[in-house]
Amino acid sequence: MSLLKPILLVEDDVVDAATSKQALQDIRVKNPVIHKMDGEEALEYLRDPNNDRPAFILLDLNMPRLNGIELLQIMKADAELQHIPVVALTVSKYEQDKLDTFNFGVAGYVIKAVDYDAFLRSMDIIIQYWAWNGLVEKEKETDNARL
Amino acid sequence: MRDYKPILLLEDDTVDAMTVKRALRDLKVTNPLVRVANGEEALVYLRDETKTKPCVILLDLNMPKMNGIEFLKIAKADDKLRRIPAIVLTTSKDDQDRFATFQLSIAGFIVKPVDYIKFVEAMKIVNLYWTLSELPNTEQENTDAKLTTDTACR
Repeated sequence: MSLLKPILLVEDDVVDAATSKQALQDIRVKNPVIHKMDGEEALEYLRDPNNDRPAFILLDLNMPRLNGIELLQIMKADAELQHIPVVALTVSKYEQDKLDTFNFGVAGYVIKAVDYDAFLRSMDIIIQYWAWNGLVEKEKETDNARL
Repeated sequence: MRDYKPILLLEDDTVDAMTVKRALRDLKVTNPLVRVANGEEALVYLRDETKTKPCVILLDLNMPKMNGIEFLKIAKADDKLRRIPAIVLTTSKDDQDRFATFQLSIAGFIVKPVDYIKFVEAMKIVNLYWTLSELPNTEQENTDAKLTTDTACR
């Protein structure tokens, strides 16, 4: 059993979700990863008192049902959830998306790199940053040659 | 950092402010550093239309006149200021401070290592992260926001 809080990944694309999970595994993140397919599923998870509150959330923006910005807006208006840092992980380069997410208190906005090595490097920076925030942990680097 | 705009540092302790300045210089961060001594001075700077809005705000918590939490409460309720990412940089390990500031949508809470080398390491990651992360256009009004190319904040 882990005492580390999970990282919540909210992503509707199964291939992208698998890539993110692979990257987190490759950079040896100790926190468990929980994957939800859209904002509505994520909200259900977050509001279930039996679940651990996540260390932070990796949030895709374009999703069916409840999209990323809508989820962020709901979370930031909810006193129980507003303290959880949310990092947008998206292909969207729209100024409006950046403006909306930062206005709703996003704690980072990262464009998904298409190339896996570049994606891995961005994930590693995200994880190192939240590790300095005391929210995630990485296994000791021994033979992590890829980075 | 991702863009050329200044970094606003709220720090009442002159020595600590110099340490931040030195670390950023050692890391070859080219953004100008604007230092103010408390939340009140920060609001004066941020509300002065002749000043460039910062790309990020680094703030200490314990400051005279207006402390970090009081400052965040005001800045995060202000339509023109709330989009600017604010990162707490403190020696406080108080869970209460951490929770209260995350409730106010801060974008990071870094406990300052006492050792300078470690502190530079922390600042290196802060700089890498805020270079990787996109930033909002801080000059744009919320009302006339439109889909534009993202060159404005580079």
